[in-house]
Amino acid sequence: MPRLSVYFVRASLIYLLLGFTLGGLMLANKGILISPMIWGLLPLHMEFAFVGWMIQLAMGIAFWILPRFNKGAPRGDERFAWLAFVLVNLGVFFVTLDYFFDVPWLTFTGRFTEVMGLLAFIMGHWRRIKPFDT
Amino acid sequence: MPPLTRWFLKAALVYLILALCTGILLALPDTTPIAGLFPVYFHLLTFGWLTQLIFGVALWMFPTYSPTTPRGPEWLGWSTFALLNTGLILRMIFEPWNGTAASALTGWMLVIAALLQWLAGVTFVANTWKRVRVK
Repeated sequence: MPRLSVYFVRASLIYLLLGFTLGGLMLANKGILISPMIWGLLPLHMEFAFVGWMIQLAMGIAFWILPRFNKGAPRGDERFAWLAFVLVNLGVFFVTLDYFFDVPWLTFTGRFTEVMGLLAFIMGHWRRIKPFDT
Repeated sequence: MPPLTRWFLKAALVYLILALCTGILLALPDTTPIAGLFPVYFHLLTFGWLTQLIFGVALWMFPTYSPTTPRGPEWLGWSTFALLNTGLILRMIFEPWNGTAASALTGWMLVIAALLQWLAGVTFVANTWKRVRVK
């Protein structure tokens, strides 16, 4: 597994734990009321579970296993994927910050940063979606 | 494909069907939706289907743990499977039940379901972390 995939997958595992913890808290709170404020964790639970865990895992695995190029760098220009890793995680961080500090436009900025990250990832991998040995 | 992966994948397919059937129930015309059924539908898809599929394939395909135990401690993988599925089945039963006729029993069953599902995530990460490495 290449180093960048290790970073992607390990970051996704951390978000899995965070997402599961918040989800578990919300479900338990539904059974035995701990605090009415716990339901407010839903946006963070979804952010961690979808963007942090699932999307990031898919990106890490795609960088690892998509067909490589026979000539030049086997995984193309890896700077796109590194940029994607930074932007997606920065985006989730911004959304999380907004949850705690309620800063205007921070969730918007976070989501925008995530989309830029995904665009960078797509730009770096578009040509790798091809038959093997071509 | 190792036996544990086969169990994960087949269970994932069962949850996919269950999720789609729950979706049909939710779309019944002229009926009041059962409280708590929508989150069950959503988690059957995202947890029972997607996450379980990912867990099964990851345990199979990730770099090996060691030459003697290529997929890490077997018992840990099976624990993840048991925790995930027991937790989700409890949730499937008791979340709508709690939504329509809440009681101490349904409430505590949801707490147990939450704990089991959380532990499934923890055991998966514990089993997988060392296998996510440069090879």
